[in-house]
Amino acid sequence: MRLTREEVDHIAELAKLALTEEEKERFAEQLSAVLEYAARLQELDTEAIPPTATVLPLRNVMRPDEPRPPTPREDILANAPAAEEGCFLVQAVWGVEPEPEVEP
Amino acid sequence: MTHYEPVIGLEVHAQIHTASKMFCRCPVVEDTGDLEPNTYVCPVCTAMPGTLPVINRRAVELTIMTGLALNCEILPVSRFARKSYFYPDLPKGYQISQHGLPLARDGYLEIDTENGPRRVRIDNVHLEEDTGKLFHVGNVSLVDFNRAGVPLIEIVTKPDMRSAEEVRAFAVKLREILVYLGVNSGDMEKGVMRFEASVSVRPVGSDELMPRHEIKNLNSFRALARAVAYEIEQQIKTLESGGRVTQETMGWDDARGVTYTQRTKEYAHDYRYFPEPDLPPLEVSREWVESLRRQLPELPDARRARFRAEYGLGDFETELLVADRAVADYFETAVGLGKVSPKTLANWITGDLFRLMKETRRGIDEIPVSPEGLVDLIRRVEEGTVNLNTGREILEEMVATGKEARQIIEEKGLAQISDEVALREIIEQVLDQHPAQVEQYLGGKTQVAGWLMGQVMKATRGRANPQLVRSLLTEALEARREAR
Ligand SMILES: [Zn+2]
Repeated sequence: MRLTREEVDHIAELAKLALTEEEKERFAEQLSAVLEYAARLQELDTEAIPPTATVLPLRNVMRPDEPRPPTPREDILANAPAAEEGCFLVQAVWGVEPEPEVEP
Repeated sequence: MTHYEPVIGLEVHAQIHTASKMFCRCPVVEDTGDLEPNTYVCPVCTAMPGTLPVINRRAVELTIMTGLALNCEILPVSRFARKSYFYPDLPKGYQISQHGLPLARDGYLEIDTENGPRRVRIDNVHLEEDTGKLFHVGNVSLVDFNRAGVPLIEIVTKPDMRSAEEVRAFAVKLREILVYLGVNSGDMEKGVMRFEASVSVRPVGSDELMPRHEIKNLNSFRALARAVAYEIEQQIKTLESGGRVTQETMGWDDARGVTYTQRTKEYAHDYRYFPEPDLPPLEVSREWVESLRRQLPELPDARRARFRAEYGLGDFETELLVADRAVADYFETAVGLGKVSPKTLANWITGDLFRLMKETRRGIDEIPVSPEGLVDLIRRVEEGTVNLNTGREILEEMVATGKEARQIIEEKGLAQISDEVALREIIEQVLDQHPAQVEQYLGGKTQVAGWLMGQVMKATRGRANPQLVRSLLTEALEARREAR
């Protein structure tokens, strides 16, 4: 199972990753190898095995309710593609708020 | 003519008042409206790549306790799930919620209706995280993640309610329980509780499932009850005119008092739930559940029953005292001092203290009058140091200044005059000033005594002990009759 260049472009776009040409080549190889491994797993007969959401023995991993200082805003916003007035700036969502419409 | 029956279910979201967020250690701060955006955030609650969530134990415990208070079964294994939808107030592109294996399910809450008590079944109680906030400016939106990741409890009912009044009664009672449990502040104005109502109507006697309208984002009891009443009316009109109701998501326009179809894609119905791989399942042992059950406070209904039985209070004053946990606690602390009867305390608290709290827009835990301070004042009234009216004025002063009753009485010279010599002197002065009225009295018009009594009270600025004045005044008048 070999990923196409278009598929790698698409995945990179979804993940908001800016990749160089050389990286796209390399990740196409690596992602394809991962998918091939998964495809091999699908060949296994799992008829008699109950489904599970986890294969780890971990249970009840929790922490106490104790706050710590938050991260400085400028550090958080440093990762934002665009910021304004202390906020992340995004494209308006679907024409902003729907106009209230009175039902007949 | 067909009669129609409304069928209503509720989804209630309430913020859980933990100290830290659900999956990170950011502090949870009260939304006062003027909070600087993105000042309570970290890489986890802004979904930076590579970060991992860790469950806040307290939020789990409070959710289990809510489940117990709502008579639910607590599941031995519970799990978080990803609920995928794309909206910029959700930084990860999914919300961590629960699906299939909630912490609690199959409970009920009993409400009072005009036809007697009715059980509203609870489908499930689960835990999730709140979203951030969007501000729309022109063709861009600003995102603030201070609220993102705050723990949210969601309570889902079965469609068991049959009127807007029942919906309101359920919501009010649920809020009361959440406040008693310390899950939520109950401060509706700050948006800490939000409702979604699903409304349909069907012919009475039918148990057909009809298409429903889901009304989103109702933030007050008033909006909830009005929106549900409006929907019921509209749907009956539609059916009676031969129309059909289709399944829809509605918004509520509070100003115009109407619901409207929401056209946004915000509420896609395929959330593609799947188990959250970053969070191992929770195993909730019997021991854990039982230890949480022991931590449950006395719940409002039990407290109401006890207030009536133990303190001999009526339904009305019991309701006034119990509706707010802080008030009920205040009352019981005051009763516990053992110096004033429960009935007298209930009168002072639900009368003057409530009025002063309302006037100063403060809760009972925000006024500077302690239960001890109130009891001390009432004792001074009962012992006759000050009369009732003066006592009420002193309470007002205590609420305003935080001073103790004793201090106010001393500073303003409010102590009741019970000194007979001093009172006799004042009475003689009053009688000398009003010879005409004295003549009338002695001529047989004894009701003039009341007027003279008023003059004496006025001369003492209301501080005289009324019983004593009455007997001394009669004495003085009779003495004048003999002296004639
Ligand atoms: Zn955080």
